[in-house]
Amino acid sequence: MGLLDRDLWKEVFTTLSKNMLRTFLTTLGVIFAMVILIGLLGATNGMKNGFNQIFAGTATNSMFLWTQRTSMPYKGFERGRSVDLRLEDVALIKREVPEVDDISPRIQLGNFRGTVTVIRGGKSSGSSVYGDYPTIDRMSKKRMVEGRFLNQKDIEGARKVCVIGVDAYKLLFDKGENAIGESIRVNGIYFTVVGIFKRNDNINFEGENAVFVPFTTFQTAFNSGDEVGWMAILVDEDKKVAVAERKIKALLKRKYNIHPDDPRAFGSFDFSQIFEGISAFTLVLSGFSFFVGIFTLLAGVIAVSNILLITVKERTNEIGIRRALGATPKVIRRQIVMESIVLTFFAGLVGFIISIGILHGLDIAFGQTDDAPFTNPTVSIIQVVVSFVLMVGLSILIGMIPANRAVKVKPIDALREE
Amino acid sequence: MIEIKDLHKSYKMGSNSLHVLKGINFTAEEGELVAIMGSSGSGKSTLLNILGMLDEADSGEYNLDGVPIKNLSETKAAKYRNKFLGFVFQSFNLINYKSAMENVALPLYYQKVGRKEREEKAIKYLEQVGLKEWAHHLPNELSGGQKQRVAIARAMAAEPKVLLADEPTGALDSKTSYEVMDLIQNINDQGNTILVVTHEEDIAHMCKRIIHLRDGVIVEDKKIKQVRASSYVQ
Repeated sequence: MGLLDRDLWKEVFTTLSKNMLRTFLTTLGVIFAMVILIGLLGATNGMKNGFNQIFAGTATNSMFLWTQRTSMPYKGFERGRSVDLRLEDVALIKREVPEVDDISPRIQLGNFRGTVTVIRGGKSSGSSVYGDYPTIDRMSKKRMVEGRFLNQKDIEGARKVCVIGVDAYKLLFDKGENAIGESIRVNGIYFTVVGIFKRNDNINFEGENAVFVPFTTFQTAFNSGDEVGWMAILVDEDKKVAVAERKIKALLKRKYNIHPDDPRAFGSFDFSQIFEGISAFTLVLSGFSFFVGIFTLLAGVIAVSNILLITVKERTNEIGIRRALGATPKVIRRQIVMESIVLTFFAGLVGFIISIGILHGLDIAFGQTDDAPFTNPTVSIIQVVVSFVLMVGLSILIGMIPANRAVKVKPIDALREE
Repeated sequence: MIEIKDLHKSYKMGSNSLHVLKGINFTAEEGELVAIMGSSGSGKSTLLNILGMLDEADSGEYNLDGVPIKNLSETKAAKYRNKFLGFVFQSFNLINYKSAMENVALPLYYQKVGRKEREEKAIKYLEQVGLKEWAHHLPNELSGGQKQRVAIARAMAAEPKVLLADEPTGALDSKTSYEVMDLIQNINDQGNTILVVTHEEDIAHMCKRIIHLRDGVIVEDKKIKQVRASSYVQ
């Protein structure tokens, strides 16, 4: 007479199905609880996925570094001096700071976030023009719509090629017009378009009307020498960006005679911090969802127990008969607990199905655009299994209350009750 | 079969204690059909409940088929009830959402008898009480007499040593009462020991022996000439 005993199951199902309305009402609490639990978890996961999509293509263990004006006098230099990063610094940092995986120096025509006029025939676009190394792709992935991104050969040969964003394409070309192999003009210099990109993430400084040319080409074409605008620095996966950042800044301050405590001389932007912040946020949110969900579930299971407690009272006579006919306390207890488990489990299942439907609806309603805050809101198998195990565990524990009440009924009292 | 020595039982009612059984002694042999009579409050139901292990005596001895019934755990009591005793109640006490057959099969379920055998036996006993055609009906589709016959079939299904009937005809009209008594007599004829609690003289005289209880003691215990219920049944 184990759990797989067909007769026990039949007893349980007969009892429950003979009282359909009561059974249904009993389960409502658990159904709602499960909807809330799975719904919250799914929504949190959807939010997490949304964040992940925002960050997709950005190496999270990376940082930007640029120079600003000094804010402290040092070694005879006055404050307010500006220094420029040089190409040689790339090699210096790579050599001196072991945490650094890769560095992509970059230079921009005009000021930071400034634009220049890019011309093709009678059309023009106000675009940011960057001199870049192909390694930038490791830190901020570009989704190529057509053609290719810059490569090492472009750098070595200082080829006059460029990669343009879709917005720049729209301004410079007619709809559907082939752009690859066509020339565009920047400050009187012609570049051949080799690729069109679409931004892949929501964090970028370039925008979709940017124009990328090889760094070496930029140097000769616009006469920028060894100057570097800023650096995108990729840090080893297992190292802290903050540590590398501190070392790099200290190194450069020594080199450029800047006060070691000067907080303003170098600016930087640490992606990992933002990412960690968001990770922590979603983690707390998941934890909170689970917490709320579990307690709602507990309330639902207690409602089941409560109803079973009432039905035990109602069924006093029946329980008395069963005991007079030879049902041991164990058998009675097991039947009530099984009723609790079966009710809770099926209610949970129904709630689960409803919540999956709701999440699917949310996904259709909000999750389909590129920059959706809400992407693919689903729950993991582990979350589902944990939820169900907790639910069944709770239903066993709490089912013991009405079960023990049923056992306490004396057969003699039960039979007298009419 | 049944041996009782100096049985006492009292109930606490607030500060007073009500002494219901004041030293009962009696013996019933196998195959006897005993009527226990007495006015209400005489202790006859209490005696039957103690005999049925539904209640426990304060002191005294009770042996059932040579087994001492004393200080039983609930589990043990349940097993003994299932093995030794069949119950018939005044209010039938059928489980209302189970068919006649399922009701009859219930004691066998608690004996861990397999489904098929259980149902076969249930049908067999229903046939004995003449209700085979009603096997799949629910109790509320049956008349009072039919319900009591189902209850008797259920009591017999576990093949108990003793059948205990508490006012089995109390809720029935006299014609139906005689039909039920006829059935009880037939079961007794097959050699089963039966105790019937009743306060009706005519029902008591359909037994083979009458025990009169008054104020918790046996005042009379006599063998009688049995009146066959079938003589009343047309």
